[in-house]
Amino acid sequence: MNGAPAVKVTYREAVRAAMREAMQRDARVFLMGEDVGRYGGTYACSLGLLDEFGPERVRDTPLSEGAFVGVGIGAAIGGMRPIVEIMTVNFSLLALDQILNNAATLRHMSGGQVGVPLVLRMATGAGRQVAAQHSHSLENYYAHIPGLKVLAPATVEDARGMLWTALLDPDPVILFEHATLYGTEGELAEDAGAVPIDRAAVRRAGRDVTVVGYGGTVAKALEAARMLAERGIDAEVIDLRTLRPLDDETLVASVRKTRRAVLVDEGWKTGSLAGEICARLVERAFYDLDAPIARVCTEEVPIPYPKHLEDAALPQPGRIVEAVLATVGGRG
Amino acid sequence: MPSLGADMDAGTLVEWHVAAGDAVKRGDIVAVVETDKGLVDIEIWESGVVDALLVAPGSKVPVGTLLATTRTDGARAQAAQPPVLPPPPRPPLRPMASPAAKQLARERGVDLAAVHGTGPHGAITRADVEHVTPSPAPPPEKAEARRERVEEVETPREPRPAVLDATAMRRAIAASMARSKREIPHYYLSADIDLSRSTAWLEAENARRPVEERLLLAALLLKATALAARAVPEVNGFFVDGVFRPSSAVHLGVAVSLRQGGLVAPAIHDVDARTVVEVQASLRDLVGRVRTGRLRSSEMSDPTLTVTNLGEQGVAAVFGVIYPPQVALVGLGKPLERPWASGGMLGVRPVVTATISADHRVSDGHRGALFLAALDGWMQKPEAL
Amino acid sequence: MSTTTQAPLEQVVLGALASVAPEADLAALDRNVPLREQLDLDSMDFLNFVIAVHRALGVDVPERDYAKLATLESCVEYLAGLPRTKPA
Repeated sequence: MNGAPAVKVTYREAVRAAMREAMQRDARVFLMGEDVGRYGGTYACSLGLLDEFGPERVRDTPLSEGAFVGVGIGAAIGGMRPIVEIMTVNFSLLALDQILNNAATLRHMSGGQVGVPLVLRMATGAGRQVAAQHSHSLENYYAHIPGLKVLAPATVEDARGMLWTALLDPDPVILFEHATLYGTEGELAEDAGAVPIDRAAVRRAGRDVTVVGYGGTVAKALEAARMLAERGIDAEVIDLRTLRPLDDETLVASVRKTRRAVLVDEGWKTGSLAGEICARLVERAFYDLDAPIARVCTEEVPIPYPKHLEDAALPQPGRIVEAVLATVGGRG
Repeated sequence: MPSLGADMDAGTLVEWHVAAGDAVKRGDIVAVVETDKGLVDIEIWESGVVDALLVAPGSKVPVGTLLATTRTDGARAQAAQPPVLPPPPRPPLRPMASPAAKQLARERGVDLAAVHGTGPHGAITRADVEHVTPSPAPPPEKAEARRERVEEVETPREPRPAVLDATAMRRAIAASMARSKREIPHYYLSADIDLSRSTAWLEAENARRPVEERLLLAALLLKATALAARAVPEVNGFFVDGVFRPSSAVHLGVAVSLRQGGLVAPAIHDVDARTVVEVQASLRDLVGRVRTGRLRSSEMSDPTLTVTNLGEQGVAAVFGVIYPPQVALVGLGKPLERPWASGGMLGVRPVVTATISADHRVSDGHRGALFLAALDGWMQKPEAL
Repeated sequence: MSTTTQAPLEQVVLGALASVAPEADLAALDRNVPLREQLDLDSMDFLNFVIAVHRALGVDVPERDYAKLATLESCVEYLAGLPRTKPA
């Protein structure tokens, strides 16, 4: 991208490199969460950081999300730049009170006097057979809340670059890392650094239909686009990157071009982010649409444990292809 | 509930002549409806099998309400097998079309009832509308330069047909004319116009003009029609959503029959503001392009008043059907030599019968008569046209 | 008039007709039946036909002579007698 040689890295390594760089650059930055220190992180993202930065800056916490997120908020108010890791979004609900009632509201309630520059990282999503209490996609819960920024890095470049930009933000930012991505590999420039967090990205340009995904569904959308290309259908794939605030301009511009949209969301369809995007497209691009907007979401069940049922419950490339074919109608 | 008159908002279903499961064929009387004007037998437009009666006798329902659903015979055969797919959506009351398709149809003046849908559930897509009215082909000398730009703006999905689809055109004419006769209360007037001054002027003009610059009587008639329309604005414009919107410009639709069948009525723009020579050039250009199937979409969509000229076929007078949403149609018959009394003397003069069919919601016979009088007046002073 | 001079004229007339009635089967044309009747030409088509002939041959057909262009046969005969500026 910028001429520096590219190397293969895993998503996990990119997250780790981002945290290491942040702690090197700014003494106010520290990492806190369950098992982030001695164990090296549930997903091994912080492996080695305890040795490198010491227990003051890489802190293991009790299994008490409400408490340690609250501590993170306090530290942020006090001038620190905490990175707080929550093991999965399911568990973050224990800290929802802190996130919604404190982190997201204090700037507003203090007339601008008190900001909470907190960064929350948490794993999300299904696909690893860890059953219903560890697998849900609840990004839309947080994307609903004014006062938060919500990010979903889907590539190694974003895993590497979004954290620093988030730390620079004067208000709370949540990063959702899809748990199936940690082991995936991607090309990353050796000198890769911070990236903007205010725009969606067109991951594949196309003219027949816009397929929108984020986090764990971007790769599935790209795979579906590859399968569609074999049938002569040219799909554009958009990676939302930022779930709040949504980048309406990129979405609307794409749909104005392709006139069709298929929204892929690992959340449940009812009340989903896909539903919100659908509404915005209808509000802003109604007269450009050439087919009803389609959504490919997770089946409305708690995520099943057995692999075949889990696979069947989640959006998959085959289901995305079917939705696109139904959308393009006779052309398919 | 069909609209059985432009002023009908609702009707009372009095009686069903069919029951669920009955086979019906197009044209059968299936129900009786009471309107303000009395009892009306309701015919069915599609053959098939009655699926369900949705409105009970005695109910008064608004126009547009679904009265009953039918299946085609094919669908019935399928239904006999174990159902594996969700049932097809009920036949929509109006053509199912995407917002983008509707937008384009409005821009190009395409009646969606005449478009075959290929989208999801048979919905009409933008490409389907483009199929019926292809974008104008660029002139050959500029084709290369322009193609690149077009592809940047909107990549064409399918090669566009070079000529209009005759079946689609027939359906479009059917839909448009049926709508006209259903909705527009036409009134008709005619007047014989002495052409001796015009033809004498033309003969003199053409004698000194090279072949390529010669004028046709049609050019004089079009210009005179446009000036008359400017004088009587109630015949020039559109009737939309219950309101007449007069047009400040006069874009004359010129009905041109295709020898293969069908007709088109593309527009010559701003005829009132052009010289006869310019009108002649436009008309010649237009007829040439109709013959080769290369009309422009703007010409197809926006005439404010249409002129039909069946005189070429020897017809003495034509009382035409107005193209909705226009509000009048001018008809010109064959110019013939006829006995003509003038100043107490009987002579033989070339005469044309000009007619106007006009929309009584917008104008009355008196205004229509003024229009024909103005047309006559202009044809008596061709040098001023 | 010999056929050697008339055959090219006939080609010019047929070419002009093809330009105003591209859908017509000119091979089936009856030489002695009026063209406007056979090909359903209107006055604008006929004017365009005259213009096409004019462009091909450089002949100037006055309006009063239009009647002499009624059939394929009469066209060839009439045009052969006119002075022209271009070879057929």
